[in-house]
Amino acid sequence: MAEEILRIENLHVSVEGTAILKGVNLTIHRGEIHAIMGRNGAGKSTLANVVMGHPAYVITEGSIFYKGQPLEELAVFERARAGMFLSFQYPAVIPGVQVGTFLKKAVTSVRSEAPKGRAFRKELTAAMEQLSMDKSFLSRYVNDGFSGGEKKRLEILQMLLLKPNLALLDETDSGLDIDALRIVAKGINEVAVDSACMIITHYQRLLDLVKPHYVHAMINGAIVQTGGPELALELEDRGYDWLDVTA
Amino acid sequence: MTDEAQDIIGDYRYGFHDPENSTIRFDQGLSEQVVRDISELKNEPQWMTDIRIKAYRHFVERVMPEWGNCDLLDQIDFESIIYFLRSSTKTEKSWDEVPDDIKNTFDRLGIPDAEQKWLGGVTAQYESEAVYHSIREDLEEQGVIFLDMDSGLKQYPELIKKYFGTVIPHSDNKFSALNTAVWSGGSFLYIPKGVSVEMPVQAYFRINAKNMGQFERTLIIADEGSSVHYVEGCTAPTYSTDSLHSAVVELIAMEGAKIRYSTVQNWSSNVYNLVTKRAIAYKNATIEWVDGNIGSKLTMKYPSVLLKGEGSHAEVISVAYAGEGQHQDTGAKVHHLAPNTTSNIISKSISKKGGRSSYRGLLQVTPKSTGCRSKIVCDALILDDDSRSDTYPTMEIGNSTADLEHEASVSKVSSDQLFYLMSRGFTEDAAMGLIVNGFFEPFTRELPMEYALELNKLLELEMEGSIG
Ligand SMILES: Nc1ncnc2c1ncn2[C@@H]1O[C@H](COP(=O)(O)OP(=O)(O)OP(=O)(O)O)[C@@H](O)[C@H]1O
Ligand SMILES: [Mg+2]
Repeated sequence: MAEEILRIENLHVSVEGTAILKGVNLTIHRGEIHAIMGRNGAGKSTLANVVMGHPAYVITEGSIFYKGQPLEELAVFERARAGMFLSFQYPAVIPGVQVGTFLKKAVTSVRSEAPKGRAFRKELTAAMEQLSMDKSFLSRYVNDGFSGGEKKRLEILQMLLLKPNLALLDETDSGLDIDALRIVAKGINEVAVDSACMIITHYQRLLDLVKPHYVHAMINGAIVQTGGPELALELEDRGYDWLDVTA
Repeated sequence: MTDEAQDIIGDYRYGFHDPENSTIRFDQGLSEQVVRDISELKNEPQWMTDIRIKAYRHFVERVMPEWGNCDLLDQIDFESIIYFLRSSTKTEKSWDEVPDDIKNTFDRLGIPDAEQKWLGGVTAQYESEAVYHSIREDLEEQGVIFLDMDSGLKQYPELIKKYFGTVIPHSDNKFSALNTAVWSGGSFLYIPKGVSVEMPVQAYFRINAKNMGQFERTLIIADEGSSVHYVEGCTAPTYSTDSLHSAVVELIAMEGAKIRYSTVQNWSSNVYNLVTKRAIAYKNATIEWVDGNIGSKLTMKYPSVLLKGEGSHAEVISVAYAGEGQHQDTGAKVHHLAPNTTSNIISKSISKKGGRSSYRGLLQVTPKSTGCRSKIVCDALILDDDSRSDTYPTMEIGNSTADLEHEASVSKVSSDQLFYLMSRGFTEDAAMGLIVNGFFEPFTRELPMEYALELNKLLELEMEGSIG
């Protein structure tokens, strides 16, 4: 069996005293793509954020392991350096920091050595071409004034450069036009071959392009149903009410 | 200001001190007798003694400012301050003659090195008086006068009598009164008509003793069509008791002259830095204040320009950093008093770890000042929840032909920004540093290249002397 990358056990999480996640269990191995679907507010982003270590989210019970190591021991930047990556649903704006500078510094931090100038430029140019991103992005400020779709492309660009072992993709498809969706999906597939991938999405259209091995339905902070790709189709067809015991 | 900005936010590197080897040291405390003693010690002309006494009496009567950080101001204990301390009997022309301890200190601060590389003259003041002074021969030959103020008064009493206190009268505020009463050291700089001084001249102010009060007095006169760039730096040891630095700086730019006055203030966090700086610009003259405030406990400083002559121009560019236990209350005042005058004010501040920064600005446009233009941009960045930033802009606009622009912003580093950067492998400090650099980026872009280089150079100079 492939290497276990992420294991989440009975995870309970609260934000400002309110319980959001209520006993999540999930294991992802290298090479696997897991899709997480669920209503707005179900706790999907909370799950991704808490795995990455966002300080606002408090684990009240349960644990998370990355490559067998309990994650609470690792600071956010150490998680990134260990190969974890989160593509944000709402990427932050960093005024005054040029994309080019940011990417170089991020790659330097994660690889813990500065990439060679020319090799890095080549790598960067190739990745940007693949994502149909114009060079002019490099001198713009990180996410400042970016359209929704441009932000998502920048997230995927970072993923391509950082080559994570665990990719958490939070609604990376939302805001993308049809062409961009295809381009981004290709990027995800490339990275997914050799990493563990958790894709949060509301739409089947991404899952047509990035085939998940497992689909999980999250209701009220817990995974209530797990299946193959057919579960996504069923959810798209029937919605979430049939899974919601409280409804 | 790229990675330097990040470095500044590190620990204070100039907090060391030398053993105190004073030749004359007044007891702590202030009285009319102390003022008379200072004047007598310096063998001053009677008129200067009289000005001092008048100023002292005004200081005693004058109440503390009732604005700004009153809590901190009220904590100043004027009786615990030493008002005069002489540590070297002479102002030397060669570093080799300067007492070893003191020379070492300036070496560690990188002054002789900078002098070699890019300065046209240097005055190094240690406690109350200059211990070293030099000016390049070619400047002297062109008639440039660059002296410490005490020597200036001895050698050019008439010039000083004519201009001393004309830009900033002793009664301007409580601290200008104090400075006028007990001033010692500072620079006197005169640039003759038409002379352009290409290399900057520098004054460096170092406080060494505990409870020291440093009251330097600077007067710069740029005669018609001349230009000069004056740079000052300052540091002090870190002590648990307070020190007081209260300077008065007067600039006069005659017709068509240009003065740029650059400061990087990096006092230790037990120094009160209460400084009055004002300039007069005559016809078509230019005054530029470039001001970096990094250190001190409380700084109150609002470089001012009186645009008196038609077509004169003012630039006030300032950067303030308020860290733990610091309050940078800084700003700019520009008075448009003549037609077609222009001004440009840019202020950037950062507050961190409970630090507080305030921007206090005054823009005055009189009815006479037709066709004037002014642009003010002030931006503040707050790095955490404990820190604070306030803006107090005042505008007195007395005529409708003025073309005015005012932009202000206060932004706060959000936990989402930090989380975003940290999720890309940045440590918290590196993430902060990147955000701080980003905050300065448009500033260094907007600025003419020379200012950007200038601020960088000044900050580098600060860093070069990095100790431990
Ligand atoms: N920082 C926070 N402060 C307060 N409440 C929060 C915070 N983060 C999440 N919540 C709440 O937790 C719940 C789950 O939010 P989460 O963002 O995980 O939902 P989601 O499943 O990603 O929804 P969507 O599909 O809309 O993105 C919501 O009710 C949300 O308001
Ligand atoms: Mg979400």
